[in-house]
Amino acid sequence: MWETKYEKTQGLTDKKLSYCPGCAHGIIHKLVAETLVELGILDRSIAIASVGCSVFSYEFFNCDAQQAPHGRACALATGIKRVLPENIVFTYQGDGDLASIGIAETIHAANRGENITVIFINNAIYGMTGGQMAPTSLIGQKTTTSQDGRDQAHHGSPIKISEMFATIDGVAYLERVAAYDPKHVIKAKSAIKKAFQYQIANKGFTMVEVVSTCPVNWGMKPVDAMKWSKEAMEPVFPLGVFKDKGEK
Amino acid sequence: MAKVLMKGNEAIALAAIKGGVDAFYGYPITPQNEVPEYLSKHLLDAGKVFLQAESEVSAINMVYGAAGAGKRVMTSSSSPGIALKQEGISYIAGAELPCLIVSVMRGGPGLGSIQPSQGDYYQATRGGGNGDYHLIVFAPESIQETIDVIKESFDIADYYRNPVMVLVDGLIGQMMESVDFDRPVKERFLPEKDWATTGTKNHPGRRNVANSLYLDPQALEQHNIHLNEKYKLIKKNETRFELINFDNPEYIIVAYGTMARIARSAIEMLKKEGIEVSMIRPISLFPYPEIAFDKIPENVKGILTCELSMGQMLDDVLIANNGRHKVGFFGRAGGMLPDPEEIVDAIKNFNERVVK
Repeated sequence: MWETKYEKTQGLTDKKLSYCPGCAHGIIHKLVAETLVELGILDRSIAIASVGCSVFSYEFFNCDAQQAPHGRACALATGIKRVLPENIVFTYQGDGDLASIGIAETIHAANRGENITVIFINNAIYGMTGGQMAPTSLIGQKTTTSQDGRDQAHHGSPIKISEMFATIDGVAYLERVAAYDPKHVIKAKSAIKKAFQYQIANKGFTMVEVVSTCPVNWGMKPVDAMKWSKEAMEPVFPLGVFKDKGEK
Repeated sequence: MAKVLMKGNEAIALAAIKGGVDAFYGYPITPQNEVPEYLSKHLLDAGKVFLQAESEVSAINMVYGAAGAGKRVMTSSSSPGIALKQEGISYIAGAELPCLIVSVMRGGPGLGSIQPSQGDYYQATRGGGNGDYHLIVFAPESIQETIDVIKESFDIADYYRNPVMVLVDGLIGQMMESVDFDRPVKERFLPEKDWATTGTKNHPGRRNVANSLYLDPQALEQHNIHLNEKYKLIKKNETRFELINFDNPEYIIVAYGTMARIARSAIEMLKKEGIEVSMIRPISLFPYPEIAFDKIPENVKGILTCELSMGQMLDDVLIANNGRHKVGFFGRAGGMLPDPEEIVDAIKNFNERVVK
């Protein structure tokens, strides 16, 4: 007799993912989608896709969606959540989108305590456009626009979003997680779940930053990329809970 | 409701409430501040949504989100602020979402001035946003006409799934007139917004997505063709203009908004001197009322385009005229308003004004 032990979550459509081998987008998509199903909120969720590799996430999440201009996902999410407060609204954004061009929209959504959830994928590079330097690129990291490596004197230092956002009153929950091994994937899932639970409970702005990978633009094999996200990125972007207003 | 004396910007806000606005997202800028100020109190009191955004860029994207969610939503701004909104406006037009954008023009370019101007005709009708799209643009000349058109704009936007811009200038925004808010609005059949992103539980079996991305060029071309068909339909149905004093004219004035009001006075003054001048007053700037120009008698001596700019609508006049008559131009810019006598003088010395 057959017994189903595992099947693709109903939170994802059957559309083939467009992500590269070794990129954590696929893992995080799955975690978010599973969470929406497990919390019973998939049919009232609205996903906001951003600009970057995850631009097509509106085709992958099996719920209603809107595709935002570059950086503006939190503004769209605000506009929607304010008129549809009973719905669950989340954005899915990369570091170029959120930490560079969209930092104003993100900070002010957080500061207003917008009751939305932000899934922030930090892989320290612009993936979609072909490997340019991101605000989160590491010192010394070679990219197509920092070919001799990111120079602190010239480019500044990698911006630490979770550390910054921890200072904002409107933030209810904020955790930085990673996806480089099963233990951390499980941890990431529980952080994502908590963020959506807080949104359901109207607690305010929630964000999960995921230290992710970009093997193609980092010029690494998938396994090496996972290793680099742990050994090079994690010391700059330490994991942990940065803000938790608590269950009450 | 009886007639009330009201300031233009506040009338814009109240007209929006009467038109059924569900949400307003905006950012302060002179000379339109009374619009958000009024709504910040009265829209919230009515249990609707008002939010002051951190920037015009953010405000228009909040409009995008709420429009996609199927609500009646608006923003208002002025020239440099509208410039910042162009990104979102292009996306909203591309995703075929309805909304109202009120533009209260001031002098430019750059920070310009805060005085009335019509220097944003190109911005409204050509757009600063990217891609093949059009807004439906109405340019009323009085507060009453502004109220009427705003109330109707939500229906028009919903009907065509297209953003509507109501284009006025700082004069209309800042002056007071006696107005009636209860004039009837044309009845339109408005289909259910079954495309809105309200969650799949409200439309089982179908995901609704608000999007303007079509990476496949064939698909995008089909989308462009579809949009163009819609714009043709809008041109057919929504072209609006007024013909003033159209009996055996020597000259034709073409003017809209505040400039049309000044031209009305000039036409009366010229009449007393025995010079008959008619006016074509475009009310819709897109679609532009080219058909009005077919009504110009063959024997007129010329068409004088009058604008509070250095000549932007002039392009559309030249296209509509199509070489039939001499076209001249009179304009003041930078926030300067002409006396009617200046237009009288421009008509009397038309040959010095001829552009083409």
